[in-house]
Amino acid sequence: MNHSSSIVQRKRKDKTIRHLVGFFSLLAMIPLFFILWDVISKGYKNFNLRLFTEVTPSSMDALLAISNGDPIPGGILNGITGTILIVGLAILFSVPLGLFIGIYLADNQGKRFAGLVSYLTDLLQGMPSIVIGIIAYAWVVKPLGSYSALAGSVALTIMMLPMIVRSTEETLKMLPLSYKEAGLALGSSYTNVVFRILIPSGFGGIFTGILLAISRVMGETAPLMLTALGASVVHWKMTEPASAIPLLIWDFYNDPNLVDLIWSSSLLLLIVIFLLNWIAKIVARKWKV
Amino acid sequence: MESLKITHSMKAILQLKEVSVSYTPGKNAVHKVTTDIYPNTITAIMGPSGCGKSTLLRAINRMHDLYANVRTTGEIILKGRNVLEMDPMEVRRMAGMVFQQPNPFPTMSIYDNVLAGYTLNGIRLGKKEKEEIVEQSLQSVALWDEVKDVMTKRGSFLSGGQQQRLCIARTLALKPEVLLMDEPTSALDPISTNKIEELLLQLKQQFTIIIVTHNMSQAARISDNSMFMYLGELVEHGNTTQMFTKPRNKRTEEYLTGVFG
Repeated sequence: MNHSSSIVQRKRKDKTIRHLVGFFSLLAMIPLFFILWDVISKGYKNFNLRLFTEVTPSSMDALLAISNGDPIPGGILNGITGTILIVGLAILFSVPLGLFIGIYLADNQGKRFAGLVSYLTDLLQGMPSIVIGIIAYAWVVKPLGSYSALAGSVALTIMMLPMIVRSTEETLKMLPLSYKEAGLALGSSYTNVVFRILIPSGFGGIFTGILLAISRVMGETAPLMLTALGASVVHWKMTEPASAIPLLIWDFYNDPNLVDLIWSSSLLLLIVIFLLNWIAKIVARKWKV
Repeated sequence: MESLKITHSMKAILQLKEVSVSYTPGKNAVHKVTTDIYPNTITAIMGPSGCGKSTLLRAINRMHDLYANVRTTGEIILKGRNVLEMDPMEVRRMAGMVFQQPNPFPTMSIYDNVLAGYTLNGIRLGKKEKEEIVEQSLQSVALWDEVKDVMTKRGSFLSGGQQQRLCIARTLALKPEVLLMDEPTSALDPISTNKIEELLLQLKQQFTIIIVTHNMSQAARISDNSMFMYLGELVEHGNTTQMFTKPRNKRTEEYLTGVFG
């Protein structure tokens, strides 16, 4: 083969591959675009103040309203408060625990026990959420004798843990060793080095990990079905069953009279998750050390 | 060890007695080093890469405690007390350390960086006391005039040379007995290096300085005494001028004249 023709061939091949790569990325974007389009176009009609201020209407009321051509009389306030309660508790449990495990793993690389913890963390990350729901059911719902927001938050805690552990560990591992050494060389205790130097220095990465973990579990449904169950009233008691936005979406799917609320609820969930991801990006950029 | 006359005025402030450090059992990275360091002197530790200079320096403030497999034996007597039997936190307040890479704490302001030793040790100070310590420490590293108007900026806002002087100020703020410096200028440009060298000559009036350096002319310029290490052993320790002009040991001579390095 002639030398110059082989270069032409290689260039042509390069061009084809480059176009293919771009084409497939575009292709992958299409369903995403349609999801957004669907949710927005169908959700905006019921996306009003009522969605945030009223609890889910009964099926009968909704049927009446629909037959009169009125909008559905109610919102998802019970789901919003439930999500805040359940996710809030899960944050309270998972953040300190995840931080400590992450610090331990970053500090004890190569040790046997740390290796085991690290392996179990990976395993937990891959655990199906329904299995986690069943575990939380066995741990919390059974002993307490009732479905509860607490049980839901235990399930979400287990789901958030590996994400927080990993982001903490990876962030701390990336910090120069000399920060730790400089702190200790000033006579500091290990505790002060961790909490006054390392965690603040890695704040961006750690906080981003926490936000992404929150946005990940916010849409979880399966584990909550077995634990939080759902509720049609607004309350802040962690020992009682509570609703959550994704649980309501499932309820609406099963009730032909409420089906219109699926889209506005989904839209709200998407907006919140989008916001969390956006904040995470900003924090990661601003707090880069 | 060959003995040269060591420049000193009084009793040793730091005595090393048969100090050995090993990273793997049975293999000493530093082997039975015995010597005295005198107050208000600058001692340069020289030697080829891997000879144990930094390892020896880091034994003095117990930095090896951070790593599980490192073992230090012998005696390191600092102001009459064996460092190896003291609480490491106490040792490190008496023997401050400056590292190769300038490492001001990234989330702290310049002001807070100077006071980091106090905050990290849980020592509460009044506002006036704080300001005095900050000004005094920054004055002593000739950084005060450059930063007095930007105190609230982060440490990383400064240039490399300024950052290193800030790190020295942070160490001096705790008023240590000994200042341990691990190649403090090797990451800096010549002008910043020059500034720090001048600074060290000033600082030795108040402190005792031990500096690990790769740079022989630096050792010649600033140190009173020099230690030459080779393969973990202290080959020669003595007055710098004498060592550079009439080294006793053949290896020292070969190293200084560039036969190996």
